[in-house]
Amino acid sequence: MGLFADLRDSVSAVTAKLFAGESEDPKRIGIYGPPNAGKTTLANRIARDWTGDAVGPESHIPHETRRARRKENVEIERDGHTVSIDIVDTPGVTTKVDYEEFLDHDMEKDEAVRRSREATEGVAEAMHWLREDVDGVIYVLDSTTDPFTQVNTMLIGIIESRDLPVLILANKTDLEDSNVQRIRNAFPQHETIELSALEGENMDEVYDQIAEKFG
Amino acid sequence: MAEQEPETDDGVQLDLISAERMENKTSMEKIRMILDSVHDGDIVVLEQGLTPDEESRLIEVTMTEINPDGFTGIEIESFPRSETKESGFLGRLMGKDEDPAKLTVIGPANQIQSLHKDETLISALLKRK
Repeated sequence: MGLFADLRDSVSAVTAKLFAGESEDPKRIGIYGPPNAGKTTLANRIARDWTGDAVGPESHIPHETRRARRKENVEIERDGHTVSIDIVDTPGVTTKVDYEEFLDHDMEKDEAVRRSREATEGVAEAMHWLREDVDGVIYVLDSTTDPFTQVNTMLIGIIESRDLPVLILANKTDLEDSNVQRIRNAFPQHETIELSALEGENMDEVYDQIAEKFG
Repeated sequence: MAEQEPETDDGVQLDLISAERMENKTSMEKIRMILDSVHDGDIVVLEQGLTPDEESRLIEVTMTEINPDGFTGIEIESFPRSETKESGFLGRLMGKDEDPAKLTVIGPANQIQSLHKDETLISALLKRK
């Protein structure tokens, strides 16, 4: 009886999933990348374009985002159908945080220590989200900086090992030093889309790719 | 006058850890062993690196141990995983997606001045204690 009930529940679950159509739960898409790559600027751009609201404050100070923030039910319309996703804006991933770096941004020591403590908690939380709670990843890189870093290599390796769909975005193409090809060379196994989240350049292609990858 | 013994507490200890020594350890045992050495100011060189899952846990645990009184985190570099690994469903079924990284160097961030890598060389420049 128990076995039969389990089997019936499994069949029901598969059937419900197959016929759920547009009412299926939105996928959680984590926006990952190193600090200051423009993750929050991108999250805000997407959220503003499709919901009218922002996700969080943007800043040039590293670790401005110190908690993963979720914007639910962002509905992106492409070619007559709607893709529904939850955007999770995560703190920039790093292997080190030194409060003294914040002192360079006109902060008092107490504020810098508090900020660095929050940043470390945020990175730990982001790693946990990556292992447990996201269905896909948008990996944002600053195209003016060298992408061949250990953190990028490790994170892309972690994403691949979990078999998560990933879209690599080469951000900040509005800046003179931008070099998108360097990112394509670093991760040739993945699609790389160039954009300026700040200026809103090439967002149509970004949305096309989000719909294709995560829809 | 007798010669004084040279100071030894300004040296840097290098721990070269064989794959064999790590092979029967759990992920958390490996991470604990690495971080205990790094907390002591040592540089750890793993003959065989960590799996992606272990790397993500290493970052997570490192973050929880950073404190403003001394430990600022780690520097890490490794040679990439083999390009020839199995992929796809069968590969994952056989556990091949958990291939560890190759030779890996890990040290305290506040003691490593720079850590550079190219395809065949990892070069670490250390500060004196």
